[in-house]
Amino acid sequence: MITLDLFLNAVTAGILLGGFYAAVSLGIAIAFGLLDIVNIAHPVFVMLGSYVAYTMNLRFGLDPILTGLLFTPVFYGLGVLLYRIYYASFERKGAEALRGLVFFFGILFIVEVSLLLAFGVDYRMIEASYVGRSFHIGPVGIAFRLLVPCVVGVALTGALYLFLSRTFYGRAIQAVAQDSFALRLMGANPFKVKDVAFGLAIGTAALAGALLIMIGPVEPAMNREYIGRVFAVAVLGGMGSIGGTLVAALILGVAESLTSTFYGPSWGVAVSFGVLLLALAVRPSGLFGR
Amino acid sequence: MRRNPRRTRPWAVISLLIVALAFSGAWPGAAGAADPIKIGFGMALTGGLAANGKAALIAMQLWEADINKKGGLLGRPVQLVYYDDQTKGATVPGIYTKLLDVDKVHFVVSGYGTNLIAPAMPIVMERKLVFPGLFGLANNEKANYAGYFQIMPAGPRPALDWTATFLDLAARQNPKPQTIAIVGADAEYPHNAMEAARENIKRLGFKTVYDSTYPPNTVDFTPIVRAIKATNPDLVGVYSYPPDSAGMVLAAHEVGLRPKMFGAGMVGLQFAALLTKLGPKLNGIVNFDVWVPEPTLRFAGIEDFLKRYQAQAEKAGVDPLGHYLPPFAYAYLQVLGQAVEATKSVDQQKVIDYVHKNEFDTIVGKVKFGANGEWTTSRMLQVQFQGIETTDIAQFHKAGKRVVLWPEQYKSGSIIYPYEKALK
Repeated sequence: MITLDLFLNAVTAGILLGGFYAAVSLGIAIAFGLLDIVNIAHPVFVMLGSYVAYTMNLRFGLDPILTGLLFTPVFYGLGVLLYRIYYASFERKGAEALRGLVFFFGILFIVEVSLLLAFGVDYRMIEASYVGRSFHIGPVGIAFRLLVPCVVGVALTGALYLFLSRTFYGRAIQAVAQDSFALRLMGANPFKVKDVAFGLAIGTAALAGALLIMIGPVEPAMNREYIGRVFAVAVLGGMGSIGGTLVAALILGVAESLTSTFYGPSWGVAVSFGVLLLALAVRPSGLFGR
Repeated sequence: MRRNPRRTRPWAVISLLIVALAFSGAWPGAAGAADPIKIGFGMALTGGLAANGKAALIAMQLWEADINKKGGLLGRPVQLVYYDDQTKGATVPGIYTKLLDVDKVHFVVSGYGTNLIAPAMPIVMERKLVFPGLFGLANNEKANYAGYFQIMPAGPRPALDWTATFLDLAARQNPKPQTIAIVGADAEYPHNAMEAARENIKRLGFKTVYDSTYPPNTVDFTPIVRAIKATNPDLVGVYSYPPDSAGMVLAAHEVGLRPKMFGAGMVGLQFAALLTKLGPKLNGIVNFDVWVPEPTLRFAGIEDFLKRYQAQAEKAGVDPLGHYLPPFAYAYLQVLGQAVEATKSVDQQKVIDYVHKNEFDTIVGKVKFGANGEWTTSRMLQVQFQGIETTDIAQFHKAGKRVVLWPEQYKSGSIIYPYEKALK
């Protein structure tokens, strides 16, 4: 039964979900889309962000968003370090294609097992006053647990968009994605530019992880469930397009929510991927890809 | 004077052989009396079910320590031999073959869960072994193997009896609920449970107004709960795994779902991790459980067991309460141990016959197995969360927070009905 109330609520829930998907996918969009680095370990860094938020919430009662912001520079540093190892071991030698993939696969397992050893296998959740609460605008109910991740996700996308389009380093990152040789001719060092960009990609995982644990409980192996979805968002948006990532995330979120509400939740993900395939058939480089 | 090496060498070789044989245990009679009775199993120590698998292992090791303190079985020490099945059914046949052919275990018991018991069944059936099972749902339904004994108190018709508890309880309420919504994950347990629930719904004459499944990696449950709310059901039965259970409970609060009864088969609401985070949001939910610290379920030995389990649990990063699986993991080894002691034998058939004919005293109460290896009478509980005001774990160690409503024999309080009343 389709009613206007239900439809409006489904669209709103989809937008909120899309904002969260955008936050989780931004790191992939930068690494995969702009830097050509197949970082399949990104979701495990999101999970690491979740556990950092959990620990700070448990020990000091810190709000997960605050933890996410505080730890973004730490994750940035971690990303820079990871890229330097990757560059020295694979990219410099031109062996990044398959060996790089294996490298990130290994990183995924190391981080996952480290989380397992440190936190065990039990599900972990955070406590925040707004989790489980909601408010209404007319017939539309909005859960704070989903609103906060959406707002943070959109803000993060906006901040990254501005950084990439308005700053020297941002433009250099876009340039390295197009032609690193030409960038070198301009006197810039592609390695340093990629260093910053990969740091940013991993930095977003701190916030995305905090958002994830706000929505529901996590356990270390859960990262694998997100690999398909975040890649789908990044590919649909157009590899490397930050604005496109947000639009794609919103499209998939709304498609999933509408399907769950009106046709049965088991079709939700299938319809989302159907949308992806359809969009790629029309625009193989994604909605905003060049 | 030089000694002749040819005269001394044979003695040296014989002496070395004697020492080697004695240390290898192959010397008949020499070390045989102290040879341990080995019990082998695969257990989910990593992967999706590891939280429960690790907790079960702690319980099993406590039993091993206890039985050895009492002198072991048949005067021989007991040794557990186990491997991580990684929560993957594909690893199970290899593990059980190795346990039997390489480790030469005397008995095998199952790992945790339906999906990990099923792959071991053909091996134990072929070798005619006694096979105590740990929380498998209807694993023996098709095989009907005489050596299979399952410790979860699901009852003689496991899936049907289990799902009947919530629905039978609902049918007794006044005013009687008329409509029901059921929802569950696209996975084996929810599928089996929902199929059985549909049969029970038909038997009890409820009208189904919503019946759907969702993918296991669903992030947001509010669209599902909203769709359920739009059908205005009297009952909402959820058959879910832990992350989904938390998602459903939170979404129900955010959307304002107010059926007359809400709960049924949510896995996860038995563990401290979710209980201590959901806290007061659990009030009013009627959900399945297998043991809670109510006065009607204080069986001999359970409190002592839980104290010792809880002392180890936090360090191991597993459920600090241990009310769900650990007592049963201890109990299924108690059953095997008691049968071995009573038959004074490690003969599989003798043990199988004994388990079929006798009742066992365990820390989860008296256990009697029927012909299909399930409990002769179902003792799946339906408990209602009542009076939860904080997220403090200490409250869940005490009686009165998870009141037993079903079965009658173990009832420890009255239902707050409808659900909405318990939220005030």
